[in-house]
Amino acid sequence: MSKLNRRNFLSLTSGALAATSLGFPMLSLAGTKRVVIVGGGIGGATAAKYIRMADSSINVTLIEPNKNYYTCFMSNEVLGGGRDLDSIKFGYAGLKKHGVDVVHDLVTGIDPVARKVSIKSGSSMSYDACIVSPGVDFRWEAIEGHSEAVIDKVPHAWKAGPQTAILKKQIMAMRDGGTVAIVAPPNPFRCPPGPYERASQIAWYLKNHKPKSKIIILDNKPKFSKMGLFTAGWEKYYGFNSSNSMIEWVSGDAGGKVASLDVAKMSLSTDAADFKADVINIIPAQKAGKIAFTAGLVNEGGWCPVNQRTFESSNHKDIYVIGDSSVAAPLPKSGYSANSEAKVCAAAIVAKLNGKDSPEPSLVNTCYSIIMPDDAISVAMVYRMGKDGKIMKIEGSGGLTPADSSAAMRKREVGYAHSWFNNITDDIFG
Amino acid sequence: MKQKNIIKNCLLLVFSMASGVSLAGTPSASMLADTCAGCHGTNGISNGPATPTIAGISNDYFIEVMEQFKAAEIPSTIMSRIAKGYTEDEIKLMARHFSGMKFKRKPQQFDSKKAALGKKLHKKYCEKCHEDGGRKSDDDAGILAGQWAAYLQNTLQDYTSGDREMQKKMKKKVDSLQKDHGNDGLDALINFYASQQ
Repeated sequence: MSKLNRRNFLSLTSGALAATSLGFPMLSLAGTKRVVIVGGGIGGATAAKYIRMADSSINVTLIEPNKNYYTCFMSNEVLGGGRDLDSIKFGYAGLKKHGVDVVHDLVTGIDPVARKVSIKSGSSMSYDACIVSPGVDFRWEAIEGHSEAVIDKVPHAWKAGPQTAILKKQIMAMRDGGTVAIVAPPNPFRCPPGPYERASQIAWYLKNHKPKSKIIILDNKPKFSKMGLFTAGWEKYYGFNSSNSMIEWVSGDAGGKVASLDVAKMSLSTDAADFKADVINIIPAQKAGKIAFTAGLVNEGGWCPVNQRTFESSNHKDIYVIGDSSVAAPLPKSGYSANSEAKVCAAAIVAKLNGKDSPEPSLVNTCYSIIMPDDAISVAMVYRMGKDGKIMKIEGSGGLTPADSSAAMRKREVGYAHSWFNNITDDIFG
Repeated sequence: MKQKNIIKNCLLLVFSMASGVSLAGTPSASMLADTCAGCHGTNGISNGPATPTIAGISNDYFIEVMEQFKAAEIPSTIMSRIAKGYTEDEIKLMARHFSGMKFKRKPQQFDSKKAALGKKLHKKYCEKCHEDGGRKSDDDAGILAGQWAAYLQNTLQDYTSGDREMQKKMKKKVDSLQKDHGNDGLDALINFYASQQ
């Protein structure tokens, strides 16, 4: 019974090493493959877990500066009063249970030739494959007078957490009869229906607590995601299109393009007019996360082109980009997309590190928006690879909640939206 | 039989026997199934409150329901739109995948008085097909014990309203249960299933 298999050998050697070589903790055995993941959001955390579930011999290190992650999805419900901030807060204990090495630090550079990631505290880590999932960064320069320095006064709340808390506090402190201005970003951006769900949720809060108040959405665009369903919902609950509408939407063509912000005067200027507001929420124009620029992973548009079969960067070999930063269209920049892309990427990396071909991908997006506590709408789509190597929508699948769906079915969608939240967050962090 | 056909059939047999091998262009069972996890939970075990656990589901029932969603023959919110994205073969792969996983019961709220009545009603009206208190998934029976209450409620509502067709045997039992105990009887049943954790 003294058969020495690989596992026995590993435990024997690591035991002996632990006793004799303290201060040498990064020792890796020859042949162990290592994946380094940059960013512990939806994409990065999902990929870490799914690589470990598929092949526990692969060493996975996830580098993320924050100890907790607040999901952007459902953060609008915090504004509406339907949930508290703690309910969208997640830590990394679950990933550690899957054997993921979680390092709280900031990645400062990636060397694609030496295959090394350098971190702020000074050390570097080598990788066989590196996944970059940094989410979005903001183009502050798109609106004159706007900058990161003003976000305590003019929150974006498009990365959830303290920013969500600031916006909520401002809305709660606002006088009845005040105006909340939401500046919606130009395409492409994280969570296309998000600004309009936000307007719905804030309207729900105001209707119940400050019914004389107004919301004005200043939009760069001529139309938006789930537009027909949102505007019908706003008509039903918030008087949209009536003389006493709580929500007003100004399209880009109608003078909704915001050119500048005056923080001291709390006003926004478009080509057409100046708008004064009590609370201003600017959701800035977006681009790939900062590290994607530092590591040379972006195209001229500021997003990361990838091989859509594996999510390997078109710019650098062995670096993969998933989530909001990647060019994964026709998939939208959503949480479900990032989760789905991460699984395809994880499977491709596991296959590659085991000397196999990348598997045939299958992807899904499902996205819910809650208009009021008994009424939610959704959009879904199933995707696969086209013969041209690009992700394609499967014809006949997916689409929106039907416009004529009954109130009972809309209420069911609320239950499914909350189930979606419970399940996707457990799938990512659990 | 022509020689070409014999070779083709042999190849098909080899493909279907070797687990994990899929015909070119078809994603693997786990690749397909992983796309469900965002709503139905990792490995098909839902954290509720309304999306059902699909781990341990009957192979036949999974195929039947997915095909019905696809054809919009049963009421749904999002599933009809999702099911249309998969071929018959892909649905079969997913059915085998999820039927091979273990149903895991999670804690949920229930009324113990109603659950006690539900236990009796289950025995009288349901146990014959939904064996072992609704734990079994033999043939085409859905697992009821430990399933999420909101899901059971939605589904029973669709059945009793006539929006979803019941099999003859089931209709007979549900009709007589409703006749004898009304909607409280159905509510008791749901509480009984929710109580099994």
